[in-house]
Amino acid sequence: MIPGVDGFMYPNEVELQWSVLIVLYPYITGLVAGAFILASLERVFNVAAVRPTYRLALLTALAFLLVAPLPLQLHLGHPERSFEMYLTPHSSSAMAMFGFVYLWYLTVVLLLEIWLEYRTEIVGLAQSTKGLKRWIYRALTLGSYNISPAARRMDERVGYAVTVIGVPSAFLLHGYVGFIFGSVKANPWWSTPLMPVVFLFSAMVSGIAAVMVLYVVCMKLRKTPIDMRCLDTIARYLFYTFVIDFTLEMLDLIHRTYESDESFRSLDFMVHTRLLFSHVILQIFLGTLVPLALLAANQLWRYSEARRKAMYMTAGALTLVGIFAMRWNVVIGGQLFSKSFLGYTSYKMQMASREGLVAAVLLMLLPFAIFLVLVKLLPPWQGGKAHEA
Amino acid sequence: MDISRRDIFTVGGKLLILASVGATLKQITGAEPPSDAYRMADHWWGMIVDIDKCIGCGNCVRACSKENNVPEGYFRTWVERYQIDDQIKEVKQPHVESPKGAIDGFPPLARTDGKSFYVPKLCNHCADSPCVQVCPVGATFVSPDGVVLVDQTYCLGCRYCVQACPYGCRYLHPETQTVDKCTLCYHRITKGLTTACCENCPTGARLLVDFKNPKDPVHEILRTNKVQVLKPYMATGAKVYYENLDGQVR
Repeated sequence: MIPGVDGFMYPNEVELQWSVLIVLYPYITGLVAGAFILASLERVFNVAAVRPTYRLALLTALAFLLVAPLPLQLHLGHPERSFEMYLTPHSSSAMAMFGFVYLWYLTVVLLLEIWLEYRTEIVGLAQSTKGLKRWIYRALTLGSYNISPAARRMDERVGYAVTVIGVPSAFLLHGYVGFIFGSVKANPWWSTPLMPVVFLFSAMVSGIAAVMVLYVVCMKLRKTPIDMRCLDTIARYLFYTFVIDFTLEMLDLIHRTYESDESFRSLDFMVHTRLLFSHVILQIFLGTLVPLALLAANQLWRYSEARRKAMYMTAGALTLVGIFAMRWNVVIGGQLFSKSFLGYTSYKMQMASREGLVAAVLLMLLPFAIFLVLVKLLPPWQGGKAHEA
Repeated sequence: MDISRRDIFTVGGKLLILASVGATLKQITGAEPPSDAYRMADHWWGMIVDIDKCIGCGNCVRACSKENNVPEGYFRTWVERYQIDDQIKEVKQPHVESPKGAIDGFPPLARTDGKSFYVPKLCNHCADSPCVQVCPVGATFVSPDGVVLVDQTYCLGCRYCVQACPYGCRYLHPETQTVDKCTLCYHRITKGLTTACCENCPTGARLLVDFKNPKDPVHEILRTNKVQVLKPYMATGAKVYYENLDGQVR
């Protein structure tokens, strides 16, 4: 008997190939896509109530997007060859598109939108600050100091266009990540056309929840009153997207159960044993049903401000845990059973190795460090009024 | 399987470019280059496995391991032993084992009721291979003579191909940190030899075949026997055909 293995695994299957770092990859890109879509609510869909979080959402998206490729790089057997994906991408590979989708999203969408949004302030700061800061802001102007009303109107128009392009791009970014898993026909746990859609909506859920929690935490730290109209609106949108996300996931579950194909016995066994905690308890109960109930209660009844804040924060934090559990269950869960459907292996997370727990924790902390730098450099608090008209 | 002129030019061109920058075939695939007399376009390799002839001795696994320096704990080929009980009262899952890939053979059967048989496994060298499809840089490819190979100088070690293979034939080599798999002993078959596993099989359960060779026994075998590939519903174009394969085998 091989330790950690029940039944029969093909001999090369015993060891998991995709570790916790590959769990982080869809989790982080999901946060990016979700945060951006929340930002676009204000700009494209004219949801004025969420304006206080517009810049915060953009900076959150950027902080996480900058970290998104790192877990992949650390995971590769030969990270020094990863540039080959740009030079000689294999046209039939879903994964080959990652670099292009990533670069498109980073440069054409996010950096451009943030630059246009902050341009007026960057020019002002380039002229008013001194020393190193002055050089940084001067570099950030990209040589453009024209902030005449006409130039600002142009910024606004281009910014709007970028956001309009950005929404489908955000859909592409994360729907595509779902496709990487959903198109693996050898793995019935992954192979479903619903996967990109489920990934997309779970991305929106996690991104909206992250910005909501970050907004409250930032306001608390800055001892600034929280805009409750904004918070209520974000919570409402979180609820709507969560309902769609949960419906899709349940549809997938019901479909699998009803069809009960060859893989069902294996997958069912796994959900009842090795994935019981992460799937049933963490993902479905604590990470979905509880936050959904908290958010639904706020749609039905009116609570005091303090209670609403507490409920939203609890719902947001649980949502973030639940979506992480969902990514875990997809990536790790999809490798715990044999493709022979006759056995199960287990995942032993290492501690301090390249793909271990410490690396994963550091990678999850890094976006927050980047976020702090971005917030210092481009304060999101006073702005968000550039496109008020 | 038709190979277009374009395919030949594409793969041939890539090999030519790599050769021109000083990379030899051995460096690329870990295999010796074909002899001058060998013409890729004249061959389309596969294998026939006769389940009824396999005695589970593990000779093939040992020979493969030695021939190809397969790292311990990983397998380019392995043998599974299926034990299937009487299925009349209820459909039960078969009991399957492959201790250390059967490199030391199998212990004696504890039970003798029901049926039992051995299934040698290896890369199916699929014509429509999902592993080739998903490789982000094209490091894994089907050679013009129908062998699925990995360019070790190019593989990123992302392991998407390992996930995509329905048969569990790929692994990450612990030393090279690139994906490794059965090469169908490419270094041997291009010199007119058979594979190490076929050569060392005492019962002739494995037979290297060339579908493009009109005199190859494969044509007679396919014409006169009921054959099956593993997981036919995966539609991978597997080129390892099994004679006397039980429906329970996965």
